[in-house]
Amino acid sequence: MWTAIGQAFSMVFEPYTLMVMVLAAFYGLFVGAVPGLTATMATALLVPVTFFMAPIPAVAAMVTATAMAIFSGDIPGCLLRIPGTPASAAYTDEAFAMTRKGQAEKALGAGLVFSAVGGLFGTVVLIVAAPALADFALNFSSFEYFWLVLLGLTCAVFVSSGSPLKGLMMLFLGLLVACVGLGNPAGFPRFTFGTVEMTGGIGMIAMMIGMFAISEIIRYMVDTSPQAELVVEEVGSVLKGQWALAKKYPVQILRGSVLGTAVGALPGAGADIAAWMSYAMSKKFSKEPEKFGTGHVEGIVESGSANNSALAGAWIPALVFGIPGDSITAIVIGVLYMKNMNPGPTLFTTNPQNIYAVFLLFILANLIMIPLGILCIKVAKRILKVPREILMPMILLFCVVGTFAINNTVFEVGVMLVAGILAYLLEANKFPTAPAILGVVLGGMLEENFITSMIKSGGDLSAFVARPIALSLALLTAVVWFAPLLLRLLRQPAGTRA
Amino acid sequence: MKVNDVFWGALLMALGAAVLLAVRGYPNIPGQPVGPALFPSLIAMGLCVGGALLAWQGWRDRAQGPWWAWEDWVHSPRHVKALATLLGSVVFYIAASDALGFLITASLVMLSLFRSLHVAWGRALFWAVVATLVVHFVFYKLLRVPLPWGVLTPLAW
Repeated sequence: MWTAIGQAFSMVFEPYTLMVMVLAAFYGLFVGAVPGLTATMATALLVPVTFFMAPIPAVAAMVTATAMAIFSGDIPGCLLRIPGTPASAAYTDEAFAMTRKGQAEKALGAGLVFSAVGGLFGTVVLIVAAPALADFALNFSSFEYFWLVLLGLTCAVFVSSGSPLKGLMMLFLGLLVACVGLGNPAGFPRFTFGTVEMTGGIGMIAMMIGMFAISEIIRYMVDTSPQAELVVEEVGSVLKGQWALAKKYPVQILRGSVLGTAVGALPGAGADIAAWMSYAMSKKFSKEPEKFGTGHVEGIVESGSANNSALAGAWIPALVFGIPGDSITAIVIGVLYMKNMNPGPTLFTTNPQNIYAVFLLFILANLIMIPLGILCIKVAKRILKVPREILMPMILLFCVVGTFAINNTVFEVGVMLVAGILAYLLEANKFPTAPAILGVVLGGMLEENFITSMIKSGGDLSAFVARPIALSLALLTAVVWFAPLLLRLLRQPAGTRA
Repeated sequence: MKVNDVFWGALLMALGAAVLLAVRGYPNIPGQPVGPALFPSLIAMGLCVGGALLAWQGWRDRAQGPWWAWEDWVHSPRHVKALATLLGSVVFYIAASDALGFLITASLVMLSLFRSLHVAWGRALFWAVVATLVVHFVFYKLLRVPLPWGVLTPLAW
């Protein structure tokens, strides 16, 4: 174990990796701070570049960029009242109200410091939980994996925003996309329409760049809302008073971090949902709930730590089972496969140094967040003034070339465009995208484990619940499916009485 | 663009039916009860049932919203033009990049996008050329992506 840790240190503290981290940090801070560019988009746009890197620097770039972007999303929220990333949306009004009261420093500082604290907390949970879970998961057969994937997909349907039925439909669409091509247990070409390009399946990376970057560019192009005004000219020292806040709200920080990590680990829910939930929780348990919404820092402290801890939490199922905890890890899993770092419990036994390196990267990323974040706040005014009419076309060009670079064909560019238009249309009609992403990423795994299990049992469905862990996972899945229905039935008589 | 769920439900049902039709002829894995048709058929059935439910929900709630609603940008020619330019430029890139080469196609795409966003001609030209050259340098030279030269092949550097 110690040699592996030593190896991890030497991989992470290599000058090249450190340089990648610093560049990725600036990139993440910038993308997060520009409204309309999300952390998921930052990750998707990184893929074509990480393509040409060794595994550890590639992971380093993604971990650092996302952590930074989730923090810096707070900056435009605080100064312009436009969240830089969806993960900051929960407390944007609160932060802006603080800015109005002349407390922009305190709001930004709280966002920064408690982002780092939450991120480190999530990392600790990742370090403790992932190897233990992996040890347990080594005993899993195709039956357990089938249920586990199904449970993950079920969670994605029910925790995503919007109606579960629409979530379910998106999941089916994602699963259907995963069916395209030769990559199925029978090796039979499905839905290829006779084209060579489709036999390899629909490119996941091209699709994700489409769904997360092109759809945002479309949204920018048709955005008719007036430009927001910057209300603060100068931001002072952001660290002042943060220690006092930490002493005042220790329970809130812990609660936000725990909830964030847990929500992050749930497939389909990421930093944005974690922030909304913990903001609501903070208000509910606060001693002064009436102050929420008027520029009160408590909710920012709690949900600011929640959204960053969710990032690390999402890596737990991603590394151990290959089930992404949010859309960012869905992209990361695609990259891990390309780098031959296939996620799964065996990753922990065969290449432990890689896992330790990932843990180290998380710690490092959250630590450098504070100095670089302060720097970013200092130049925030300039970042917010970057002309977006110049920036957006450049991002489009980058998307096009980056997608082309995956297979050197324009076919992938077409996939990207179609995925972008579809994502825009479906989101405008309140279809959540997270279940579709999970369906695409996990479709192959679900089918493979399903078909393998069917072959092993000779088509006998009872074998799916014959092993104790498989049975427990099946029951758990059933509970998630039927709990909302049962709750509704239980509530209905009460509703008619009222 | 917001459309009533009846439409989406019908679309999903149609997709499910099309998938069921398409997988009819798929063979089973020899000697096994299962084959490549099983998984897509299950998904397709899910799409049909879910689509029907969605259509029914849309019909039930039809009084709560219009059948078809456009967002504000549809009434603003400027935004419609920008969107059309965006989609058109990607299609143009797909169709023309091989023949014209990356440098020409990308510069044209950038220029038209900048113009559709009302960037002044001089600035638009400048940034179109700079962005194209930088992206070309990074991807072609540093990352060795074979971006096409097209008509500029004799000048390739």
